[in-house]
Amino acid sequence: MKPKNQRLVLLSAALLAVLVAVLLAMWGLRDRASYFFTPADIAAGKASEGQPMRLGGMVQQGSITHDPDGVTVRFVVTDGKATTPVSFRGIVPDLFREGTGAVAEGRLERGTFVADTILAKHDERYMPPELGNLAAEHKVGKTLKK
Amino acid sequence: MIAEVGLAALWLAAGLAAFQSLLMILALRSDVEVAKPMRVVAMLQGVLTLTAFAMLVIVFARSDMSVALVVANSNSAKPFIYKIAGAWGNHEGSMLMWVTILAVSGAAVAWFSRRTSERTLLAALGSQAMLALGFYAFLLIASNPFARLFPAPADGQGLNPLLQDPGLAFHPPTLYLGYVGLSVAFSLAVGALLTGEVDSRLARAMRPWVLAAWVLLTLGITAGSYWAYYELGWGGYWFWDPVENASLMPWLAATALLHSINVLAARGALKAWTMMLAVIAFSMSMVGTFLVRSGILTSVHAFAIDPERGTFLLALLAIYVGAAFVLFALRGATLKEGAPFELVSRETGLVINNLILSVILGIVFLGTLHPLFVEAVTGEKLSVGAPYFNAVAGPLALVLAVLVGVGPLLSWRRERRPVLAQLKIAALLGVAALAITIILARDIAILPRLGFGVAAFLATASILPLVGRNPFRAPLATWGMVFAHLGVAVALAGMAANSAFTSERLDVARPGETLKVGPWLIQLEDVTPTAGKNWTAVEAQLRASRGGGPIILKPQTRYFADPVMETNEAAIDTFWNGQLYTVIGKADPSGGWQLRLWWKPFVTLIWAGGVLIALGGALALVGRLWRLRQRRGASAEWRKERYA
Repeated sequence: MKPKNQRLVLLSAALLAVLVAVLLAMWGLRDRASYFFTPADIAAGKASEGQPMRLGGMVQQGSITHDPDGVTVRFVVTDGKATTPVSFRGIVPDLFREGTGAVAEGRLERGTFVADTILAKHDERYMPPELGNLAAEHKVGKTLKK
Repeated sequence: MIAEVGLAALWLAAGLAAFQSLLMILALRSDVEVAKPMRVVAMLQGVLTLTAFAMLVIVFARSDMSVALVVANSNSAKPFIYKIAGAWGNHEGSMLMWVTILAVSGAAVAWFSRRTSERTLLAALGSQAMLALGFYAFLLIASNPFARLFPAPADGQGLNPLLQDPGLAFHPPTLYLGYVGLSVAFSLAVGALLTGEVDSRLARAMRPWVLAAWVLLTLGITAGSYWAYYELGWGGYWFWDPVENASLMPWLAATALLHSINVLAARGALKAWTMMLAVIAFSMSMVGTFLVRSGILTSVHAFAIDPERGTFLLALLAIYVGAAFVLFALRGATLKEGAPFELVSRETGLVINNLILSVILGIVFLGTLHPLFVEAVTGEKLSVGAPYFNAVAGPLALVLAVLVGVGPLLSWRRERRPVLAQLKIAALLGVAALAITIILARDIAILPRLGFGVAAFLATASILPLVGRNPFRAPLATWGMVFAHLGVAVALAGMAANSAFTSERLDVARPGETLKVGPWLIQLEDVTPTAGKNWTAVEAQLRASRGGGPIILKPQTRYFADPVMETNEAAIDTFWNGQLYTVIGKADPSGGWQLRLWWKPFVTLIWAGGVLIALGGALALVGRLWRLRQRRGASAEWRKERYA
């Protein structure tokens, strides 16, 4: 191959790589990104059943109950406007308690949010990202703490 | 006083960096003899930042509560080693460490580098100084680590207990050395683009720096993965968390660079390509730093709460990456392409390696930044996790792993021998492994199944470059390559085994009861309170057996007071064929305790593979440095004879 052609081939290969990466990413992101919903969104019917998503809000006071199997916990998440029941099988994270913020990853099954993971407030300086926004917009954090 | 010395040293270093940048312009504009002062200034600057960093460590070691950073991130009751590590377990301290490594790398280039032409070296030192200058400004204006607090409080607020772990002492410094070590490749590329001297000589000078940074990055990522595995208590080794991706992206770019630089060094080809990769690798380090340090990952809104830092870092990123790309666009086209090669050749193999690594890098990059784009444009919030990365990047990584077995067998320029014939045994073993998993384990997923086959193939194929020759006369760099490629196979086997054969059990047990997980019977003997220097804990005593003598595991939940927090301390026991991983959860009203148990066959191979890869890099580095030394010695002798 002549040096000039070689450079042309290499340049096209590099551009092709960029194109392939972008196309693959677009294809992958179409149905694999999980969107964030609040109980109000779910009440408004924005979330469809079975699709992976994140649910965020405050754990309602007095709502945490334990199933007899000892490892399933049920609670209600609220954003001040609506509530969503959540069930979770696993060890709840450190400092998961009523009246604090939590984000759950999972899916909706017949109106109940079945969580695979729960991310709770990690320490006093950490706020789940989506909730930081929520608290700022709706002052939910403050009203619920009172 | 100590804090003031540190701050003064930092200001002086910034002044020297500015001076060094001016010297570079002088050096490029005219023939003024600035080489000597330039080297001295670069070394001085390194010493000064090192001084500043040492002062910060001393302030932390003494728990000097008049320094705001110590108050916010330390506590006098902390064990001594974590007081030291606390110096870089926070935003300001870690940025100071970042700049320190940047300046010390610059000093090291000034000290050691003799292989590049003087002009390129000066331009590279200038580029390094300009990089440092921006980050000095960031520290001094937006993130001063030495700020005083008046009146000084009685005690500090402590360090996040998750970070109170031996892993913290070594993980960030290793990772940062790798991250920022790539700045040398960036600066050498910028320097060579400025002077137009992109040749195999430059590649040979750049290669040891890239190798060293890459080895440390590999070790840092491996250590970080193991840290997350045992400290978070979730049993996973990689979460595709944006912070993890921030370290993976420079690694992918550096891996590509490491391979293409060999083409430039050996054949003088892929000039523009290699320079591009050198620029991209360190740009990815800066993107990673921006992602982690601006707070934008926690939230686009956290970024807005502290706009100064985020905007500052983003501006630095835009200036440096933008300038490097403009320089590349102006000069890249004028580079003469080096020696030609044919379609079937080592060069083509390495180009394909580079293309696949670049596509994977693009996929990780777009997936990591996608939530930011979407939120900035539509305000919608979303997250991108394992399902995307595994499904999109996983198959590509497997294809790459297959080709890793083929590439090293090809010869430079053109390959006329039937290379595939050499791979018969390896391919046979790969297919055999695949067949065994199909017969013995019917219901495992497709990716781990293929993983076993590819791992068996690659493990065999990676050794072939040593077969048919006296292995002890093979260069160290070849040994390094064999080790690194074998490491890929080993890590792949570990990942496949972990996802195919892990058994998990989550249940409540009362003292005396027994749970079964995998081949293990695990009895909860007792749960007792215990305490450490700054924590209290509940500790379970588990007796585990699988036929032979029983072993005892003691997982804990720890409660910290400063700051208030709970952490899970998993108890892990390692065997030749896997790890038993146990976590104690919450108490049950009926008097039982939640237990989460995993039996993870061959999971340790993941990190063993990572260490092998790094070891391979280290061998290659030693080999290359040895050769450089020999050559220098030989040419010095030759000169002596000639001019005697």
